[in-house]
Amino acid sequence: MGIRVAGVTKAFAGAAALHDIDLAVRPGELLALLGPSGSGKTTLLRIIAGLVEADRGQVFFGGLDATTLPVQKRQVGFVFQHYALFKHMSVADNIAYGLRVRTRASRPSRAEIRRRTSELLDLVQLSGYESRFPSQLSGGQRQRVALARALAVEPRVLLLDEPFGALDAKVRKDLRAWLRDIHERTGKTTVFVTHDQDEALELADRVAVLNQGRLEQVGSPDDVQDHPATPFVMTFLGQAARFPADIRDGRVLVRGKPVPVAASRSQGSPFQLYCRPWHLKPTAPGQGHQTGTISGVRRLGSMRRIEVLRADGAKLEVEVPLATSLRQGEEIGLEIVDGVLFPES
Amino acid sequence: MSDAIAVHLAPPSPSVPVVTERRWVRRLTIAVALAFLFLFVILPLAVVFVEAFRRGWGGYLAALQEADAQAAIRLTLTVAAISVPANVIFGLAASWAIAKFEFKGKSLLITLIDLPFSVSPVVSGLIYLLLFGAQGLWGSWLMAHGVKVAFALPGIVLATIFVTFPFVARQLIPLMQEQGTAEEEAALTLGASGWRTFLTVTLPNIRWGLLYGVLLCNARAMGEFGAVSVVSGHIRGLTNTIPLHVEILYNEYNFVAAFAVASLLACLALLTLALKSVLEWRHGADLAGGAHR
Ligand SMILES: Nc1ncnc2c1ncn2[C@@H]1O[C@H](COP(=O)(O)OP(=O)(O)O)[C@@H](O)[C@H]1O
Ligand SMILES: [Mg+2]
Repeated sequence: MGIRVAGVTKAFAGAAALHDIDLAVRPGELLALLGPSGSGKTTLLRIIAGLVEADRGQVFFGGLDATTLPVQKRQVGFVFQHYALFKHMSVADNIAYGLRVRTRASRPSRAEIRRRTSELLDLVQLSGYESRFPSQLSGGQRQRVALARALAVEPRVLLLDEPFGALDAKVRKDLRAWLRDIHERTGKTTVFVTHDQDEALELADRVAVLNQGRLEQVGSPDDVQDHPATPFVMTFLGQAARFPADIRDGRVLVRGKPVPVAASRSQGSPFQLYCRPWHLKPTAPGQGHQTGTISGVRRLGSMRRIEVLRADGAKLEVEVPLATSLRQGEEIGLEIVDGVLFPES
Repeated sequence: MSDAIAVHLAPPSPSVPVVTERRWVRRLTIAVALAFLFLFVILPLAVVFVEAFRRGWGGYLAALQEADAQAAIRLTLTVAAISVPANVIFGLAASWAIAKFEFKGKSLLITLIDLPFSVSPVVSGLIYLLLFGAQGLWGSWLMAHGVKVAFALPGIVLATIFVTFPFVARQLIPLMQEQGTAEEEAALTLGASGWRTFLTVTLPNIRWGLLYGVLLCNARAMGEFGAVSVVSGHIRGLTNTIPLHVEILYNEYNFVAAFAVASLLACLALLTLALKSVLEWRHGADLAGGAHR
C-alpha cells in the first residue's frame, strides 16, 4: 500500500517544522527520509503515523484518507528511535501486545497468537529469547524485537525512526543488510528516517532529502547523487568543492577557462560549480583550472585521495587511482572534468 | 614476563587509607548521630510501648477495646480509606497531566501541589472551617440543605485529603517525566485504546513508585493531627481520630490508655518504615527520579 502526503505543514509554538510537504511513497517501496538533525524527519514520520497532528495537509494510505484517523486506527508499524519496548513485559509479550489489545471479535486465539509470535521471533532471528526482558537484550536485539512487535499487527506500512541510530558501527552494518532482507521478504511499504547519507543511499529504493522542514529532492540513490536538485543535496550527500563560474556563449567557464559541463542557459553570472573529488583531475602545474600543493595523500578503499592546498588556504579533495606517483609537497594543477552547476543563491 | 609475575607476587604494600588521620573524627560524628537517634527516636518510641504496657496485656487491651477508642480507630480507618484512594486518583491524574502533556499553568499546578507542605496544617484546617463552618462562607447554604461538613466526617476527610495530596503526586511526577511517552505511543500505534494503554503500560511502569507514595500518604493520613484537630470539634466517640483521642486521654491523665492508643500509631510508623525499606531495597531503580522522603 502506498503512502501519500499532501501539503503537510506543521509548526511548534510558532517555529515552523515542516513547510508544505508533498511526498508519495510507492507500494512496496523502501524510502529513506534523509536530512540533518532538526530538519523535520521525525515530525513528518509521526504525522504519517498519527502521533502528531499536522496543522494543514492530508495523509493517504492507498486510496484511504487517513488524515482524521486516530493513531490506533491507522494500522502503522512504528519503530521508535530508542525502541520503546515495554520494560515490564517479556519479549514474547511485547510482540504479542498488538494482537492481545484487539477487540474480542478480531483477536486471534491464544494458540494463533503464540504461533504468530514464534514465527516473528524466527523472522528477526531471536528464537529462544521469548522469555527474556528488554533489559537483558543488546541494542541490536532490542531493535529487532521492536520491529517484530511492529510487524505483528500486520501493519499497512512500516515506519522506522533512525532504526540504527543508537547502535555501534558494526551492528549497524549487519542490521542494514538484515532490514533490506526483511523488507524483501515482507514486501511492506517502508519509510525509514536517517541522518546518515551512506545508510540512506545503500539501503533505500528512493531517498527523500529534507532540509529545514522543506523537501529538497526525492529520487533514486543514483538520481540524488548524480543529479542533485539543490546545492544542499549536493553538499549533504558528500564532499563537494565549490567554484565561482560564468556562462558565456553557452559555455561554462571557471577562471575564464571552459569546463566540460552542460550550461543550463546561454549567458549569465554568477554561478557556482560544485565538484566531487572525482570531478577533478591532476595535471601539470600551471595547467587546468586550479593550482595548489599536495598537502596529504590518503588511501580510501580502492582509490587514493589527495588533499590539495590552494594559495588562498582553501583545501580541495581529489580522487586519483591507487597507483599514483603523486607525493606530498608536490605542486600540481587541477582540471575540472565534471560538476554540477547551480545559480548563486 | 617473570618480572611482571614477580611484581604480582610481591606482598602488597600496606595501603594507606586516605582518611586515617581523621578516623577519630569519623567515629565521633557517627557516635553523635547515633546518640541523637537514640535520644530523639528510639527512646521516645520505647517509652510509648513501656508506658502502654505499664498495666500489662490486660490493661493494654482494655484501653484499646474501650468504646471511644474503638470509635477513634474506626474513624481513622474510614478517613484513610476515603482520602488515600482519592489522593491516588488525584496524584495519578496530576502527574499524568504534568509529565505527559504541555499546557498553560503547568508550573502553577506543580507549585500548588507543594502547597500543603509549606502551609501549617492548622491553617489549612482553619480554611476549611471558614468555608464550611456554621459561620463560614458556604455554611448557611450547607446547613439549609442538611449537609454537615465541619465537625463531621466530611470535614475531617477534606482536611486529610488536603494535607496528604502531595505524597502520591510528588512521587509520581519525576518518575513519569523520566519515563517519557515513548512506551505509551508504542502501545497506541499497536492499536491499544488510551485506557488500555494506561492500565497495561503506564501503571505497571509506575507501580512501585505508586505503592511508595500510597504508603507515605497513608501514614500521614492516619497520623494527621493539626488540620483534623481544627475541623473535628473533638466530639468524643464521634469525630475523634486516633491522634485526637490520644491527646484527650493524655490531657485527662489517663496515661496508660493514651500510650496504648498511641502505640497503634507507633506500630503503623514502624510498619511503614519497614515496607518503605523493602521497596527501596527491592525496587530502588523503579523508584528512581522520585524524591525520597
Ligand atoms: N514536540 C515538539 N515541541 C516543540 N518543538 C518540536 C517538537 N518536536 C519537534 N520540534 C522541533 O521541530 C523541528 C524538527 O524536529 P524533528 O522532526 O525532531 O527533526 P529530526 O527528526 O529531523 O531531527 C526541530 O526544530 C525541533 O526542535
Ligand atoms: Mg529525529
